[in-house]
Amino acid sequence: MRQERAISLRTWIGDALLLACATSLLPAVAISQQSNVNRQVLSVPGETGRAGGRAVVSLRAEPKTLNPLTAADAPSREVIGTMQADLIHINRATQLTEAALAKSWKVSPDGLQYTVMLRKGLRFSDGQPLDADDVVFTMRVYLDENVHATQRDLLIVGGKPITVRKMDAATIVFQLAKPYGAGERLFDGLDILPRHLLEKPYQEGKLAQAGTLATPANQWAGAGPYRLKEYTPGQKLVVERNPFYWKADTTGKNLPYLDELVFLFVPNADAQVLRFQSGETDMISRLGAENFSVLSRQQRGFTMTDAGPGLEYNFLFFNLNDLGEKTSPEMAQKSKWFHEVKFRQAVSAAVDREAIVRLIYQGRGAALWGPVTPGNRRWVNASIPHPARSIEQARALLKEAGFSWKTGTNGESSLVDSAGKTVEFSILTSSSNADRTKMAAIIQDDLKELGMHVQVVPLEFHSLIDRVTQTKEYDACVLGLASFDADPNSDLNVWLSTGGTHLWNPSQAHPATRWEAEIDALTEQQLAAPSFEQRKKLYDHVQQILAQYQPMIFLASPNILTGAKNTIGNFHPAVLEPYVLWNVEQLYLRNEPMNASR
Amino acid sequence: MQRRQIFRWLLLLGALHVMVACAGFFAPYDPVQQDRERPYLPPMKLHVVDERGHLHLRPFFYAARVREGSFDQFDEDTDKAFPLRFFVTGARYQLLGFLPCRVHLFGTEGTRLYLLGSDGFGRDQFSRILYGGQVSLLSGLLGAGFTLFMGAIIGAVAGLYGGWRDVVLMRLAELFLALPWLYLLFALRAFLPLAVSPLKAFLLVIVVLATVGWARPARLVRGVVLSAKERDFVRAARGFGASNGYLLRRHIVPETSGVLLTQAAILIPQFVLAEMTLSFLGLGIPEPAPSWGNLLASLQQYSVLVSYWWMCLPAVAIVPFFVGYQGLANALNLEVATEKIEGKRGVTS
Repeated sequence: MRQERAISLRTWIGDALLLACATSLLPAVAISQQSNVNRQVLSVPGETGRAGGRAVVSLRAEPKTLNPLTAADAPSREVIGTMQADLIHINRATQLTEAALAKSWKVSPDGLQYTVMLRKGLRFSDGQPLDADDVVFTMRVYLDENVHATQRDLLIVGGKPITVRKMDAATIVFQLAKPYGAGERLFDGLDILPRHLLEKPYQEGKLAQAGTLATPANQWAGAGPYRLKEYTPGQKLVVERNPFYWKADTTGKNLPYLDELVFLFVPNADAQVLRFQSGETDMISRLGAENFSVLSRQQRGFTMTDAGPGLEYNFLFFNLNDLGEKTSPEMAQKSKWFHEVKFRQAVSAAVDREAIVRLIYQGRGAALWGPVTPGNRRWVNASIPHPARSIEQARALLKEAGFSWKTGTNGESSLVDSAGKTVEFSILTSSSNADRTKMAAIIQDDLKELGMHVQVVPLEFHSLIDRVTQTKEYDACVLGLASFDADPNSDLNVWLSTGGTHLWNPSQAHPATRWEAEIDALTEQQLAAPSFEQRKKLYDHVQQILAQYQPMIFLASPNILTGAKNTIGNFHPAVLEPYVLWNVEQLYLRNEPMNASR
Repeated sequence: MQRRQIFRWLLLLGALHVMVACAGFFAPYDPVQQDRERPYLPPMKLHVVDERGHLHLRPFFYAARVREGSFDQFDEDTDKAFPLRFFVTGARYQLLGFLPCRVHLFGTEGTRLYLLGSDGFGRDQFSRILYGGQVSLLSGLLGAGFTLFMGAIIGAVAGLYGGWRDVVLMRLAELFLALPWLYLLFALRAFLPLAVSPLKAFLLVIVVLATVGWARPARLVRGVVLSAKERDFVRAARGFGASNGYLLRRHIVPETSGVLLTQAAILIPQFVLAEMTLSFLGLGIPEPAPSWGNLLASLQQYSVLVSYWWMCLPAVAIVPFFVGYQGLANALNLEVATEKIEGKRGVTS
């Protein structure tokens, strides 16, 4: 268990440094800020920065809420990430867990009981103390079915909700029904809620109205590095430094460094680039390769960073739903092709993944043959073959499956099935995502070589999702998913046949095929397996099945492309969300005179 | 004098249209063929003097080679010169839509020549502009023709018969004129099936254009018909017992021909522009088939706009067409005006 050792080492280093700080810097610190003596502050390594100043970043859309219970959209999560904190956190750089609000934790030998010890002297951003009662309350709310918390699914382990018990003011015991493979990663993202603010709305059943954007700044709190300052609808959201934050730098100075962080709402990617170029924003992330190279070419006062392959995987999938009796004969015919494994394998063999990486990501990405990207080094199955593009092999596979070719009057060769019907279908893409529309265009051209007539249909994102998951009126679709964690459990919903994001045939009552049943069984085992090696072996097998049956034809994964002004210190973009703000408490402004003018 | 002017403009437009109609011959390549090694290649330079300073009678060019480790930076490979050749055999196409053919006006052997650069998939921009013109111009011509046909009939009926027919038709025309047509197009497109083949999409665009465009010519034609039916020779014909149909055919429709021709010269570029707007917004001809609108659509991306200037060339290509039609419309307008004056003089003398 290398992982666990690493954590204990990290905590140990942290505490040792803290001790050193507390003794050597005590007089100075005690005067300047709130005393660190009866607080167990977490000391984090990194460049020592300068306090003060503000940084500006842009958000693609307005956040919908500030309440972690109801936040499902990326902008909300990004903002909440700077205002809330969890017990145990996954370090976005190392991808390992580390202590956060919890000072330390113990796991019982059977893996069923987690004992979490809280730091001393924790306070919410409004100055109210944070103790075990808040944790117990938080868990009760997350697990309440009527609340519909987005995190609830993750807290049901082995079919039963986790139970929580308070031992004393700083110790909480979590009891699981079954061992959980990913272990304490479970706690990442479970933001501890302020009981003093939420208990009343919870009892009145008005939790959804709490922590919205309309909530006044003094009636909302969290344990994160920042707290709400002001929100201007349609323009910006400003958060200010939380003076009660529980992290300090190696010299004992309280974090965060920045006084303020401003989120500007900039609705389109190009506009974000322009704002960054003109110096209005300090950092930028989620950049496309084309915009990244535009910015790289004219680096003036800012530095662009390619953080390497991320966790996003893009894929093509066919409609494998059981369409029932009432479907049109044409659709039934298409469904027959799509259900043929060799058909899907042939499509996969004909797709030029290298061209996708080169033409769309300008080389800043990786071709994919499975869902785990090269960016996820711990979990990728290295033994999955990476066959080069081969039209001959694709033709051989189609021939085996009973397809043949016929030459039309204009000299064009068309693929026909055993019943003599020409193979033609359409591929849906999201019209707002230029990258995926281009991917579909490349696939369209690739499949033309097999005699398949493909049409690309760009569709507005919501109606696309509606077609895929609700009405099921589509042939094929190009989509992308981004795991929020490197651990495979973040994608459970995609691989389990009961999952809502099991895109090719969502929310099945019983697994439709033998291999889907096998993936379900392997995943079940993997969830309960005690060691990383065992889990890895099981997940490798899942990846292998996916590569063989190709329910999704994996295409490519883009690198995480970011940029920041040279004045931003401690800027270390990670491949996990939030790419640039994961260490927001450590970001600082290097140069005083320049920033004073702003 | 006017006649010669009109003839000149017609000659220019004719030449341009022949080039577009025979795009297969004038374009060196298939417009949808991708060259994935050369995305966003800038226009190639034609040389007459080589690296060693030798003069060549036949223009030549060097093959493009992507710079090591870059995506869109190219160098000329000066090891081998590729002479420009005429009447080369290349990609199969159908001249004017039915004659199978393989001869292209110019091209080269051994590598591809990008006269106006390539797009993000390495498709030849020059070929795409020519082929794109087929779609855009044809939908302009057909749309305008259809509109004028409808406008002429509706206008003539309203003008000649008058009464409640006139009121109903003209109120309807006003309604169509008042409609914000772009939003109407959006709404219309949303009702149509998801996956439409390029041909269906093309016909659809034309129908959509014509449905929203008939009102203005109908009103103009009605005006002409109203005045024409009061003219002495029309009254005289009616006095001799001519039927409405005869009057329309022999006297009234010929009167409107000047207005209709001028309208045509104005409407065609307008409809080309409308098709471009639709395709630019992704509602017209679907990729990979080119049209002037969807060629310009890539400019919606900031990175393309600032990095690859040759992607703006389709916008330049349409200028001669629009100038031609504008000139023709002006000349026709003058012609109609002088004809009227001369005609009136003829009556009074």
